[in-house]
Order: sequence, then C-alpha cells, then structure tokens
Amino acid sequence: MKERTLVVVSAGLSQPSSTRLLADRLAAASVTAADGLGVRLGTQVIELRDLAHDLMNHLLTGFPPAALKRALDAVEAADAVIAVTPIFNASYSGLFKSFFDVLDKDALTDKPVLIAATGGTARHSLALDHAIRPMFTYLQAVTVPTSVFAATDDWGGDESQDQLRGRVNRAAGELAREIDRREPATVHDPFALTTSFDQLLAG
Amino acid sequence: MQFGIFTVGDVTPDPTNGRAPTEHERIKAMVAIAKKAEEVGLDVFATGEHHNEPFVPSSPTTMLGYIAAQTEKLLLSTSTTLITTNDPVKIAEDYAMLQHLADGRVDLMMGRGNTGPVYPWFGKDIRAGIPLAIENYALLHRLWREQVVDWKGKYRTPLQSFTSTPRPLDGVPPFVWHGSIRSPEIAEQAAFYGDGYFANHIFWPASHTQRMVALYRERFAHYGHGDPDQAIVGLGGQVFMRKNSQDAVKEFRPYFDNAPVYGHGPTMEEFTRETPLTVGSPQQVIERTLGFREYVGDYQRQLFLLDHAGLPLKTVLEQLDLLGEEVVPVLRKEFAALKPAHVPDAPTHASLLAAADRELAAADQKEVPVA
Repeated sequence: MKERTLVVVSAGLSQPSSTRLLADRLAAASVTAADGLGVRLGTQVIELRDLAHDLMNHLLTGFPPAALKRALDAVEAADAVIAVTPIFNASYSGLFKSFFDVLDKDALTDKPVLIAATGGTARHSLALDHAIRPMFTYLQAVTVPTSVFAATDDWGGDESQDQLRGRVNRAAGELAREIDRREPATVHDPFALTTSFDQLLAG
Repeated sequence: MQFGIFTVGDVTPDPTNGRAPTEHERIKAMVAIAKKAEEVGLDVFATGEHHNEPFVPSSPTTMLGYIAAQTEKLLLSTSTTLITTNDPVKIAEDYAMLQHLADGRVDLMMGRGNTGPVYPWFGKDIRAGIPLAIENYALLHRLWREQVVDWKGKYRTPLQSFTSTPRPLDGVPPFVWHGSIRSPEIAEQAAFYGDGYFANHIFWPASHTQRMVALYRERFAHYGHGDPDQAIVGLGGQVFMRKNSQDAVKEFRPYFDNAPVYGHGPTMEEFTRETPLTVGSPQQVIERTLGFREYVGDYQRQLFLLDHAGLPLKTVLEQLDLLGEEVVPVLRKEFAALKPAHVPDAPTHASLLAAADRELAAADQKEVPVA
C-alpha cells in the first residue's frame, strides 16, 4: 500500500466550529476514498486560530515563529491539502488568506487541493468558485473540480445531510484519485544552491 | 576574534518622549559612538549605507574617513556597502582612498539592499539584485587587483584601458565580507572568492544562520581556500544590557515595542526566543553570545547592533561601556580558549600584506634556476 500525507487547513474561529466539522468530514472521506485505491493517507490538521498571532508576526517581521514554520513546512511537504474557510464578506476570511500569503509561492505547485467553505446560507456558496478557487489557481495548485460548501441547513435535516455527504464523497474521490496518480511530493530547500558560480557569473 | 558594533543609522523618535534627533545630531552621534567603541577597546565600527529616509548614512566613506582621523586602532567597515546600486568603479576608488587615509584600517561588507524603491533611483531593478551583486563585485575584484582593466558587462558601460585610482594601499585590496540573510548565491559568492561571509543574525532565526554558514564553509573548502572550519565568518547580534536584567527588560521594552522593523509585532519575549536578541545582564549576553559558536563553529567577527529604535546617545554610550568593560573581555578570553590553532583570525591589512610578501618571496625562490 502506498503511503501519502494529507494536511487539512481549517480557518474556523469558534470551538467547535462548523468549518472544522466540515474539514474533518472531508478528511475522513478522503482517507476512505484513498484506501479504496490502495493509498494509506496520513492526515494532520492545522487549526489556523492557534497560529493567528504567529501569522501576524510573520507578516511584520518577515520570518515565521517556530509553530507556524512547522505548519508551513507540513503543507509544503504534504501530498494533498484540504483547505476550509468560513465565508466572510463574500470571500475567504482574513486569517485563511494570511496563511496562504506567507506560504512559499511554490509550495502548492502541482499539489492536489480540495477547497471547502462554510456560511450561514447557500447564497454564499459561489464564493468558493469566484474568490477562493482563483487564489489556488494563482498558486498553481491542482484544485479538484468539486468544491464543498456547507450552510447551516446542511447540518440540519436528514435530506440535507445526505446531500452534503454526497458532495463530500464526490470531492474526496476526486482528491484521492489525484493523490493516487502522483509521485510523492518533493520539498524545495530554500538554502540549496541551484546554480553554479560559473552560471551566476555568466549572468 | 574581532568584536565591534554596526549601525544602520536610523533617525527614529525616542518612543518614551517622542523626540527624534535631527539628521545633524544623529550623524554626530554615530561619530561619537564610533570613537567610544575605540575608547572601550572594541575592534570594529561598521556603518550601514542607505539612500532613503529615515536613514542618514548615504556617504559611508565620508563618515569613515572623518572617524579614521579621530581614531588610531579602530577598524572601519560597512554594514553593508550596496554592491547592487553603487557603481563598482566608484566603490573601488572610494574605499581605496579610505584605505590610504586610514592606513589600512578598512574592510567592507557587500550587501544587496532590500528596499525596492531605491534601485530605480540609481537606474537599477531590485529583481536583478543577485545578478547585479555578482557582476558588480566581479568587476570590483578586478579593479583592485589589475592595474589596467578592459571590461564589458550587462549593467554598466564598458571600460577600456581603465585604471582605478588610487591603487589599494601597498597593493593589497581591502578584505571583503559578503552579507546575506538567506540567499545561498551570496554564500556561494563569498566562498568562490575566499572572502568572508557575514550573517545578519538579527531579524532571522538561528536556524537560517546555521544553514547559510554551513553552506558557505562547505563551498569555501570546495573552492580550495582551506578546510570548512578555516572559512571567515562574521555574525551580527543585538543586545540591550543593564547590570540587573529586569532593569534591561523594563527599559528596552518601549524601544522594542515601537522599533521600525519588528515593532507592533511579536512580544520582546517571543522575539528573544526566536532570534539572537538578548535583553538582560552582561552575564546573559556573554552566555548567549558564546552559544552562537555552537551552531556556526569558530568564527572571526562579532558585531553588535546597539544604536537604533530611538535609543538616546547617552544610553548607547552606557551600553558601549558595559560591552567594553564587562562583556567583550570575557568573550575574548573564552572564545580564544575554545578556538583551535588552525582556525585563522579575520584578515587585516597587516596580515594580508604579510601574506602577499610571503607569496612574492615564494615566487622569487621558484625563479632561481636549479643547478
């Protein structure tokens, strides 16, 4: 069985948060879907709330404090990422954006990413495709076609639960297949020399 | 080992009373600080170079020449000389001139400068920072070593039959350090030439410094300049001291909290943990500084940043007293006891001249015909 890693980034603010709830369901469904393809998926969850001060400090000082550094390294080394944000003012939350703002610009290149969001009503759902998907496109991530939005209604009755479950499973299946068909992620070392001095001198 | 101070030359209001020095006061304060550095027995004074407010030192050789005239032993250096936006021809001339006036008490540290808007003021582009640093230094290196230079490059007009004057003192170019926080290309450049490598070691975690120094040492050996532990390494550092560490913490906090670079960000305690900043007693500074050696190896130069963030001159001079009287004498002794004999000191004009003489003598001997 192949071993791969999945990092789940959750930008929920309350405890417990529906954003984290959705993140956990997506992660569990991804592990199951990957398992069906012969891929053992190790998962790690990053709660951005715990890193909120570190993120602001990084923006101000230019380097990540140790805990944030570990989180950024984990995302870079992951074979896939699930990124979940609450929708604020028709877009991602500032906390969510800040994390991806300080992430190395190449960290997500060719990495399978599943995007998801939570909000009060389904009227916010297109924010995923109009605001969040373009950011991951810019970062050259391989964002799977299905993005998952969960509104308050989705956590309610039986029928809506089934609909959400269906979207979660479809997205998880897409993510698992992208993981399965890729080689393990490689980590870029910012301190490694990539050119010879002769090349540098030649301009 | 050499100990000294480096200044960025910022004009920052004192956060405890809102008063900012005038440019004139700040410039004179920098001179007073340099003279005090010699008086308390430090070895090196280095000034930054900036071409934007709120900084004053736009003309380092003017300042260093003025200080040279008023000091006797102090080694005058830069932190850093902008190898990207300055014309390498002018650097060659200015620092050779300074070398003569200061009787060889000069070295310099090359840096790229990270202020984007400054580059176009000098007709350059920050995106070409690394190629500019590589090409300009390659030319500077030749101008100090070759009498007549023909040269063509990408970033300045070509030179034909050009001689940079005055020639370096005794034909020995000033020793050069290359400063960089996290660009492996600059560590490589320093290694290629067998020059020194200086890690800023203020704003970034020790793990960065460790990686950069390790790369420099490895490449220094690769280019045949000696063993990795014989490479020439300098470190920055930032301290604030009072006899009683709680007094230091209390007094420095408003300066830290409002400092131009990291103010309004991490707490002083967080920043102390994440970077080499030490706020405390002289003994704490001694212990922390001795610890640097554990992750960079035996090194040759330690410079401290003392005068910034609006600290009044009087306070900075008191810091220099503590540094010169209580910290550096202990560090000198401890570092010397730890350093193996095969690890060289930082080159000086005298040592470079002696090495050049030895090379000349060896070459002469080779020319003697064998019977």
